[in-house]
Amino acid sequence: MKLELREITKKFGDFTANDAISITVESGTVHALLGENGAGKSTLMNVLFGLYDADGGQILLDDEPVVFSGPGEAMAAGIGMVHQHFMLVPPFTVAENVMLGHEQVTGPAKLLDVEAARAKVREISDRFNFHVDPDAVVEDLSVGAQQRVEIIKALSRDAKVLILDEPTAVLTPQETDELLEIVGQLRDSGTAVVLITHKLREVQAIADTITVIRRGKVVGTAEPTDSQEQLASLMVGRDVSMTVEKDEASPGDVVLEVSDLTVVDPATHITLLNGVSLEVKAGEILAVAGVQGNGQTELAEAILGVVETKSGSVSLQGEKLTGKTIRQVLDAGVGFVPEDRTEDGVVASFTVANNLILDLYDREPYSRAGAIKPSVVKEHAETQVEKFDVRTTSINALTGSLSGGNQQKVVLARELARDLKVLIASQPTRGLDVGSIEFVHKRIIEERDKGVAVIIVSSELDEVYALADRIAVMYHGEIVDIVSPDTDRDTMGLMMAGAHEEDAA
Amino acid sequence: MSATVTEHSPTPQQGKGPQPAETKSWKATIGLSVVAVLSLLLFGLTTPSGVQTTFTVATSSDFITLPSITVPARAAAVVLSVVAILLAAYVGFRANQFRKVGIWLPIVFGMAVLGALLTWAGADRSGTTIQLTGLLTSALFLAVPLVFGSLAGTLCERSGIINIAIEGQLLAGAFLAALVGSMAGNAYVGLIAAPIAGALVGLLLAIFATKYWVNQIVVGVVLNMLVIGLTSFFFSTMMTDDPSLNRALSLPQIDIPLLASIPIIGPVLFQQNLLVYIMYVVVIVLQIMLFKSRWGLRVRAVGEHPKAADTVGIKVNRTRVRNTVLGGAVAGLGGAFFTVASGLAFGKEMTAGKGYIALAAMILGRWSPRGALAAALLFGFADALRVQFGIIGSAIPSEFLSMLPYLVTILAVAGLVGVSRPPAAEGIPYKK
Repeated sequence: MKLELREITKKFGDFTANDAISITVESGTVHALLGENGAGKSTLMNVLFGLYDADGGQILLDDEPVVFSGPGEAMAAGIGMVHQHFMLVPPFTVAENVMLGHEQVTGPAKLLDVEAARAKVREISDRFNFHVDPDAVVEDLSVGAQQRVEIIKALSRDAKVLILDEPTAVLTPQETDELLEIVGQLRDSGTAVVLITHKLREVQAIADTITVIRRGKVVGTAEPTDSQEQLASLMVGRDVSMTVEKDEASPGDVVLEVSDLTVVDPATHITLLNGVSLEVKAGEILAVAGVQGNGQTELAEAILGVVETKSGSVSLQGEKLTGKTIRQVLDAGVGFVPEDRTEDGVVASFTVANNLILDLYDREPYSRAGAIKPSVVKEHAETQVEKFDVRTTSINALTGSLSGGNQQKVVLARELARDLKVLIASQPTRGLDVGSIEFVHKRIIEERDKGVAVIIVSSELDEVYALADRIAVMYHGEIVDIVSPDTDRDTMGLMMAGAHEEDAA
Repeated sequence: MSATVTEHSPTPQQGKGPQPAETKSWKATIGLSVVAVLSLLLFGLTTPSGVQTTFTVATSSDFITLPSITVPARAAAVVLSVVAILLAAYVGFRANQFRKVGIWLPIVFGMAVLGALLTWAGADRSGTTIQLTGLLTSALFLAVPLVFGSLAGTLCERSGIINIAIEGQLLAGAFLAALVGSMAGNAYVGLIAAPIAGALVGLLLAIFATKYWVNQIVVGVVLNMLVIGLTSFFFSTMMTDDPSLNRALSLPQIDIPLLASIPIIGPVLFQQNLLVYIMYVVVIVLQIMLFKSRWGLRVRAVGEHPKAADTVGIKVNRTRVRNTVLGGAVAGLGGAFFTVASGLAFGKEMTAGKGYIALAAMILGRWSPRGALAAALLFGFADALRVQFGIIGSAIPSEFLSMLPYLVTILAVAGLVGVSRPPAAEGIPYKK
């Protein structure tokens, strides 16, 4: 089936998310939609899938114009979508998830025909070698397997066009390879595949045609054979250097010592962090790598003291941090950039100026005798905004109105304003544009060169390689190994799936 | 809803590597053990030896007359307490294997402890016997509003709406049943009117929850207040002015042929009024529909992951509204228990918190109709016991026994008796 989008326009208020975008996807091809976060790729696909109403433009299937008022109609027309955040009901079985929304019924009482659904799952699973058990409960499956369930879900509705929205964000490098292989199989069986991504490597590996989107507009098409630099500059709109410049680290004494740290989820009693020990020296960057959800977040939060630790300890230059209040930990010289900046990093409904003094508001010189001194706060904010290149209309603008990159700069400006001994940054560049990524990376390296012990938590291998002096790989709440950044990608991938370095290499 | 999703729990397994170890939870084991040991100490060992408790199991109208059963009181109370201890040990054994126990366990456990209490209370009272059949009959009868109420809660919460307004729905049902029944001069007409009152309260809840995204617990509580206010107003004005609008009507008892003649079970289960028989049907139908039908699968999907349901073309808010209205109707029907099914006229706030106990029964029953029935029966049994103790003149003040269902409720809600996981999306408005 041929899918054609003609001049699709979608506006949110004054903001034009999609500006007359046209693409054509032929059956039996993989069409990559390349663009940075926020370029409008997902919006376009949500329009196609009937989740948003377009403000203009046309969708054509096999040259016939169609209008979908909801996902149900899009599916019925043969369009399937694998969402970035899986749309699976966790406590349901695979078969139940696959049949949901188009259930077959049987018998006089019209009860669910579970056997038919099982057979369907088995049939598709066997056809593509998915190894998915129809009776497995989805929440017990690995992320990779859940993604295959999503694909089965789409194929069980005879999807002729399959949209994959950032499908590799949550996968290990090996799982990514497996997925790309599956995409190849689907293409060969005649499916039209739309791959939404910002990862150049994948585009080069699998795409037949590439459309690049920037700020809601199609800025051009590219060939899979084009170099990464060419693709990147098309995507970003200017020349970008793909590597961060940094000198050799000159580590000093051990500053932060984590020993045998264990964290247990109070609700589910699942061990999230299991006896983790590590040391970070002054003037080095330790990157914590791993697939999302393997305890990295908990490690960062446990060091700060946001989550309760069951056992183990954290010390800063020999002084124990465990058991102290978060305020005391911050005062001891720990800086923290949380993973989810909008939820945990800034107070979105506060002004930029106020967010910049969240940690200092009750201290001299920002306040005296219990009252905040606006002039000092203003001066501080102006300096910091200037220094960190925060693009905001005013220091009194609400932080929530800033772009992701600028919110992250606010967080950095606040945290780096204190005298730090340790900086912990979780996913410091997630969702940022390339320009902001460069800025954040430079700042982090500057801190290292000032002699701060830095821990970076990142699920992007590119970022890990760009920054790390040493890499700790985490899997299932444990540190698999701590290795040098010379370790190759394949070995890293295997370690991220739990294999130790000597086995993986 | 927040646009960002952070994944906090490690995803288990994917090939090799250590599985995330689940820490064993001993909460349930400890809770049950304490109660079981207390039962042994208080009821088992304090019962004097050599005395007996007599249980009457038959009524004179039975087809087959069974003799009364007399048991050595101390031995019986000890045995029942030991059964409770064994059940607690079983929970510990399962916890050690990371496995959960069925809904039946806390229910059987509760019955055993209450049985020990009953034997202890009935010991050495020559002349008074424990009317077992009567006790069970009144247990079932008192459980009726709880069953309907917890079914209503299950219907709403499975679709993601928290229904605190069960109390108000019961009260509205009781009121309208009495009013319409009195006007028509027929209890059955009242039975038809009751669900309409409940459905209206449910509709209000649904509108505020899905259209205006108001906090569902707050709306529920406010609706309860509203119904109390309205019914009390009409009770003291309209019904007081014209007593013919609030007559004590009664649904006649219907004996099911043959089944009613089975010893013990017959009189307990099959010599009841129409509302009780409707209850049997509703429990069975909902149990099957919720877990085996297309409708049930969609409802549960909406309550667990509404966005996933939306992306496969299921109308989330429409499903929620329908379920909340249906739930309200079910609770309203249960409200008829207080008036036309009990042979009473309407009285101010006559539901007396039963709607909240029904919520507890829903949680104890783990959001399933079957579990709701079992839990409601346990609460009904505790209530019936209180009545019985009043008759035989027990040493325990009846006020303490009145507290028993509430105590069980707190333990149930705290997860001390069986782990339960509510529908993931309950209480969260679905905004596109």
